[in-house]
Formats: sequence, structure tokens, C-alpha cells
Amino acid sequence: MAKNDIMLDLHDIHKSFFIGTPNEFEVLHGVNFSVHEGEFVSIVGQSGSGKSTLMNIIGALDRPTSGEYTLDGVDIEKAKDHELSILRNKKIGFVFQTYNLIARTNAIKNVELPMMYAGVPRGERTERAKLLLEQVGMTHRMMHNPDELSGGQKQRVAIARAMANDPAIILADEPTGALDSATGRLIMDIFHKLHEEQGKTIVLITHSPELSQETERIITLRDGDIKGESVGNWAKIKEELAC
Amino acid sequence: MLITENILLALAGLKSNIMRSLLTMLGIIIGIASVIAIMTVGNSITVMVNTQMQEMGANNLTVGVSAKSTSEESTTSGLHFGAGNRREMDTEDYLTDEMLDSFLQEYGDNIKYTLLSSSVGSGTAMDGDLYAYVNITGYNEDYMDYTDLTLLAGRSFIEKDYENAQKVCIVSDYFVNNMFDGDTSAALGSSIEVNVSGKYYTYYIVGVYEYENDSYSSSSTEDTTTDLYIPYDTARAQLHTENDGYESITLVTTIDTDSEAFADTVENYFNVKYYSNNEDYEVTVTSMASMIESMTTMISTIELALAIIAGISLVVGGIGVMNIMLVSITERTKEIGTRKALGATNGSIRLQFITESVVICIMGGFIGIILGIVLGAVAATYMGYSASVSVVAIVVAVAFSMGIGVFFGYYPANKAAKLNPIDALRYE
Repeated sequence: MAKNDIMLDLHDIHKSFFIGTPNEFEVLHGVNFSVHEGEFVSIVGQSGSGKSTLMNIIGALDRPTSGEYTLDGVDIEKAKDHELSILRNKKIGFVFQTYNLIARTNAIKNVELPMMYAGVPRGERTERAKLLLEQVGMTHRMMHNPDELSGGQKQRVAIARAMANDPAIILADEPTGALDSATGRLIMDIFHKLHEEQGKTIVLITHSPELSQETERIITLRDGDIKGESVGNWAKIKEELAC
Repeated sequence: MLITENILLALAGLKSNIMRSLLTMLGIIIGIASVIAIMTVGNSITVMVNTQMQEMGANNLTVGVSAKSTSEESTTSGLHFGAGNRREMDTEDYLTDEMLDSFLQEYGDNIKYTLLSSSVGSGTAMDGDLYAYVNITGYNEDYMDYTDLTLLAGRSFIEKDYENAQKVCIVSDYFVNNMFDGDTSAALGSSIEVNVSGKYYTYYIVGVYEYENDSYSSSSTEDTTTDLYIPYDTARAQLHTENDGYESITLVTTIDTDSEAFADTVENYFNVKYYSNNEDYEVTVTSMASMIESMTTMISTIELALAIIAGISLVVGGIGVMNIMLVSITERTKEIGTRKALGATNGSIRLQFITESVVICIMGGFIGIILGIVLGAVAATYMGYSASVSVVAIVVAVAFSMGIGVFFGYYPANKAAKLNPIDALRYE
């Protein structure tokens, strides 16, 4: 597949729920935006702004009611259900607020999981899982199950898992929401490192304007519409942190 | 590839909750164990009955005189006392030596032995305070050849013994132990007196045979009744029946003869030639082969019926597995959502849960098979049969438990596969 400069392209995305019933309501009223390869973008909005719905659509977990969505050159509208599964597997790396590691399964197996679904041979995926865990500084806890890890450690494993199939975008939904500020800082630093050193495209979804300031571009969502775009302030924040 | 992953995953899941896994398997274990146990017992009985009957002779034909069945009788078969005005069976109705001779002249090639025996009765041999229980039976020459006794000392009967109805006998080593303190040479040539319900019979011991304890009913050794062999003609002379015919004769056919088909020929021969004018009696021939067959069929039918009843518990076990799978899927909704977000297709989620259910069922099946074999073996041994495991039952049990796993796992697995990933992810 030809690499496209534009990684995500959403055009006039509408999403309604309970279609055809008296309860029908529209959550997204025609959202337009695109994300370029290597960008670090945040989508900010209060709860009820429609950001979760938007995230589900970006993550190919849900389909828009109308509008066009292209992910790394693939038209989502035309994809069948099992093709969406493959798309999620290969092109999207999810990082959840609640980590969502598989219970009773050690860190390395958790990281291997997306590769298992992608059909990567066992030896190869163990190798890669070790490498990814090393990148997030979790080599020493590879064999531990999630219930033996702290929140920050779990989230680091989750980031390693999101990177497993070298996805087109990393989609992080409130990744620091359940962590204390120091640990949250650590997680954000990992995202910055991935962005700066590996040129990863990252979409961060958050309710916190403060956190969104760390990204290159901020898309503000309110009541299902994009209310504006602004530029982040990472360089300055980085400097302040260094002091 | 996904299969091995799923099996490992299922095993890890089972291990992490051993108590629940065991309880889930319990239904399958009990079901499979009871089916296997029943089959093992049934199989043991069949094998035992078969070998016993084979020993008695699969080539044996019993030629017997029996009441003619009238059409009226066959419709009201069952209890039919009195049988109208039929007269008692008389010596005239018996098979005679002439009939037998002419039959053997015609069909002698198909007959290996003609077995004739006449029972004198059970009695006690006594000498002072020494005693031994015996069954006195007279056998003809063919019968003695057929029986093929293992002689420990002395000789078998000779022609003169039969012709002159000599009062000679062959006793068991057991008998010698009781009566002669095990001294075989003292026993040979000695005369013994046997009391058969008040009548006294005297015989000279000419041989001692090795008593084979073939029954498991090892009652107190002192009281064991052993056979005392005497010549056929001696028995008939002592019973004053030397001129009577035979109510029944056993024929042993040669190996090459199809005994079941031959049975009809024999029946026909006697009935057409000798019994066509007899209003009340006819000759019936039963072959041992057909008896074995009907016996085996009967046992298998009973066994099958019992196995089906036991099989019901398997279905109950399967429902238990399904129940736990449904619970487990609800518990793991979030995991399913996560897996879907990470790229699991509906097919791989379905496969994961079906594998889990099949693994539970197969493990339960294996435990059940082992338990069933042990139970069956214990039961068979207790009942006095040597245990014989039915391989077919094991193969069927494994296949069946796998089938149960798939059947009862499919619905929950499909439910899991069809979960909406967004709802599943949000599930708490």
C-alpha cells in the first residue's frame, strides 16, 4: 500500500444513535479534520462532547452514520467487519485509560497478543515483544501478570502492546487519567519519545487542556462539532520541566 | 497456530481456577465414567460368557425331544400349564440307538463326537470319618475323548469297561486328598462306596485326574464337589435304563461343518423319518453358536440401554459446561472487548471459547475414562468376571466428550464473538 502523507482523514462525519426511534439523537454533527504522518495531535473536549464516539470511529471500532473516513489510505466505509478487525490489528495501537491488559497473562504475552492475531510466528513475536518492553523500560517485569504491576507499569506494557504491529497511528484515550501526576509524566514522556525518536503518529484524546498543550496540534471538540484548532506548547513545557 | 495458543490459554485458565474447573468437569467425569464402567462390565460379561460357551463347544448341537408346538400354543405362548390332554413323555418318544445309528451312517462325516451322558446323582463317598462329595456321571467313549481329562495317574476307560459295564471310576486329585490323604498309589485299585440319597454304589478307582478349579466361588475347600467319572454303560446299568432311549443327545460337529445350518438338517432328518407320526413330540436341535449369539445380543442390548441412561448424565454435564462458559464470558466481557480492539476477529474469539469448552470436556473425559475403567474393573472383579476394557467405548467417549464441548461451547462462544467491541470495552 502506498504511503500517504495524510494518515487520517475525516470528512463530514456524522454519528447518530437509536436511529429510527423517538430517542434518536446525533452526537457528531459533521466533523472534518485530518492528521498527517508523524504528527502528535490531541483531541480535547469535556465529557459529552462526543470525543469517545469520535475515538471509536477513529479506532475503527464503530462506523460513522455518514461521512468519509480514510485511515492510511483505506476507506473504512467499504471495509467489512473482519476487515475492520485486521485494520485495528495492523494500523491502530490502542492505549486505554484503564490499561485493559489481559488478566492472568504475563506482560510479554500481552505484548505478543496483537502479533498473534496478525499471525506472526512465535519466535519472532517473542523477540519483538522483548524489544518493545525494553523500550518502555519494562524488561525486568516481563514475566509478571498484570495484577503484580503498578498502574504506571501496566500502562507502559499497554504502550508496548500498542506498538506491537508497528501501527500507522497510536490512539491514546486518557492514558494518564488513572495515574498520579508523576507517573502520568513518565507515560507522557514515553509518548514524546516515540513521537520524536521514532516519528510515530499519535492521537491523544483527553479532557485536560493542560495535557493537550504538550501536543503539536490541539483539536477542540464541543457538542459534537470542532470548535477550533490551536498549536501546542511542548517546547516551552519541556524547558520548564527541565528546570 | 491459533489452536495451540488457544489450548495453552484454556489450560492456563483452568489452572488459575482449579476448583471451578473441577466442578465444571464433574458432570462430564461422572457421565463418561458411568458409561465406561457399564461398558467395561458388559464387555467383561460378554467375553466371559463367550469363552465359557466356546469351551462348552461352539460346534455343539443339542438334539432333544420336546413337545410339539401347536398353532394354538404358539399364539398363547408363555405360561401354558397342563398343555391340554397331552400325554406324558414316554420312553416310546425317546430317541433310540437305531435312530442314532442310521443318522450317523448318513451324516457321520459331519460329526466328530456323539456325546452321551447319564447322571447317577450327587452323593458322598465315605470311609470311616473320611468323606468327599462327588457328582457321579456316566460318559460314553466319545464324551471321554471330548472332555480330554488330564490324568495324573492310572488310566482312562477302555473298551471292555464300556462293553461290560464295569464298575470302575476316575476320581479327582481332590477326592484323593480327602479320602486317601493324597496318596495316589493307594487310591488306584481301591474300591469306594458312594451314598447317593440312600442308595450305595461301589466303584474301583482306575484313574486320577487333575481337578481344575475354574469357578471363582472358592467355597471352603473341604466341601467342594468334584466329578466322579464312570463308563456310560455302567451308569445306565445301575439306573436300569440300559434299554431306554435318549431324551437328549449332544453332537459335536467337525470344524468344517456350519453347525447352525447343519442343525436344521438334523432336525429335519429326525422329524421326517421318525417323528412325523408322533402327535405330541418332535425333535428340536439347538446349536451352541446360535445360543452364544442370542446371549451376546441380549447382553449388548441391556448394556446399551444402561449406557444410554448413563449418557443422560453426560448431557446434564454438558449443560453445566455451557452454564459456566456463559458465566465466564460475562466475567470476561472487557477482555473480549480488548481482544477485539487489538484485532481479534469474531472467528478467533469463537475459536478461543470453543477451544476452552472442548479442553474442559476432553480433560473431564480423560478423568472419566480412567475412573470408569477402575470402577468397571472393580465391579467386574467383584462380580467374578475378569475385567475387559472396551476400546470402542473409550474411543467413543473421547469423541463424545469432544462433541459435547463443541455443542455446548458453541452457543456461549458465538455470543462472545458477536459482542459489540465498544460495549464490551466499556463493560465494568
